Amino acid sequence: MKSMGATQDEYYRGVRMVPYDLVKELALALAGVGILAIAVAAVLSSPDVAPITVAAWAQSDPVDFETTATNELAGTTTSAGYGNPYNTNGPGQSWGPIAPQKWFGTRIPIDSGNTFVIQPLQRAAFSNPDLGTALDTWQKASSDQQGKWTAAYSKALTTATVKDGKVTVADGDYGPLAMMMPSLLGVAQTGGLDGLLMVSGRFYQTDYTPALLFMGDGTYLAGQAQQWNLLGNQWGMMNETGRYPGQTWLWLYTMWYQVPPFTSSTGFLGINSSNADLGIILLMTLLTIALALVPLIPGLRDIPRWVPIHRLIWRDYYASRKGGART
Amino acid sequence: MEVRAKMEVAKPASEQPAGWTFRVRQAIDRSLPMDHLLPVRQPYYVGSWIYVFGVVTIAALVWVVVSGVVLAFMGPQWWHDSSLGRFFNSLHFWSVQLFFIFMVLHLWGQYFMAGWRHGRAATWAIGVVIFGVSILTAFTGYLSQQNFDSQFIAVNAKDAMNAVGAGAFFNVLNFGQMYGLHIMLLPIGVTIFVVLHIVMVRARGVVKPIDPEGGARP
Repeated sequence: MKSMGATQDEYYRGVRMVPYDLVKELALALAGVGILAIAVAAVLSSPDVAPITVAAWAQSDPVDFETTATNELAGTTTSAGYGNPYNTNGPGQSWGPIAPQKWFGTRIPIDSGNTFVIQPLQRAAFSNPDLGTALDTWQKASSDQQGKWTAAYSKALTTATVKDGKVTVADGDYGPLAMMMPSLLGVAQTGGLDGLLMVSGRFYQTDYTPALLFMGDGTYLAGQAQQWNLLGNQWGMMNETGRYPGQTWLWLYTMWYQVPPFTSSTGFLGINSSNADLGIILLMTLLTIALALVPLIPGLRDIPRWVPIHRLIWRDYYASRKGGART
Repeated sequence: MEVRAKMEVAKPASEQPAGWTFRVRQAIDRSLPMDHLLPVRQPYYVGSWIYVFGVVTIAALVWVVVSGVVLAFMGPQWWHDSSLGRFFNSLHFWSVQLFFIFMVLHLWGQYFMAGWRHGRAATWAIGVVIFGVSILTAFTGYLSQQNFDSQFIAVNAKDAMNAVGAGAFFNVLNFGQMYGLHIMLLPIGVTIFVVLHIVMVRARGVVKPIDPEGGARP
């Protein structure tokens, strides 16, 4: 077997070689790119819109906050009925027998009603006996009774009024919710719920899963995102707040979310809007593998020969060939 | 000199260069001699502007890493609360943007040059792997910014990750996990693949221009 060194020497046999300073080229590139990056960074800065807190949500849209919390108890929010990896309350996405969302089980267990509402209220109830009684009533009630209270309170919230940050609903039979929901709102508005959702029994904490899932269940976060053109149907995955480029390299991935069958409820071959994430990631995985294998795919690998861009790239080479000079 | 030569000859067979170290050294000498790793002469057609995109991609990556190391050293609060921190955050952000712009231009350039010809298919494939790992690295970076973008990207991206089962292990809502991956494992991955890519390019040399009579096969 010939060595690689001999192979390269043979490969370039007859080709005119000229002096070339790779290290100098790299040094100049480092300097040039550095100057460009520093200049753009200094002039244009970068996006850094402050994150939304649960407190800000509860202060800005208390009705949405209480509606979300009530729906958590009713089990009707996105996270409550999500399925794996958070719980088993939903089927998750699948395509025929391909159901990877189920394969690894409930690895990040979240009981939405308990995690986002009951447990924070239990911690807040130590100085409020009335709240403790209300929680006791809630937990001793049948699920049927709980359902009636949440349904009544959710309905009342649709016509609720807000004054000084407090939500007022029409009189009705809301059971302990009449105490629990305003209490949760009060804790949230003071910033207490931001901390309570992070309680894990350990001092240090870097996992924001409960707080983000809870905020994602409401409409406030998505409403803010819509103003920044970040929603999925606004090509949001490749956008960024402000007039900054985002992850523009995700343009193809983002594009699939805008077109059928991924936007269609009927879909094609079992792929539709309800399993679009699964379908699009499978498609992108196939396309990425195809990109890596382009050298082996007839047609795709021949396009560069058919499209004369290489004649522009190596115009000196082809000009010298035309002139009869041999390389 | 004669004396030394005689001494070499006089060595017993057990002292002759041998063993794994010697074989590895021989293999490196064979496959990547210094003449190929850092050549001082190149084919004349390498003067084309297209070859610049590869080196400026590497340069941008260096700036990404340098600005990232400063950010990692100073910690998350710094890049929000101080003007110098915000500047380094911006430098990191724009270095990443430049890195991707140059990398995509390099990719398209190599495509239209059919850069995989004459035994270079693996070099092309490793380049695609770099592109993929870079996207994952940038994605975890967006999740680690600790601003509104991070929040909303996390809340939305979880569905795609969960749908393919990855969310069970790769929790985009977990800042600690995303930050660790972003500043440690994934940059190491990108760097290793980039080094491998460069070594492969240097070992074989740049590909010849497309021969009108030839094909574009590997």
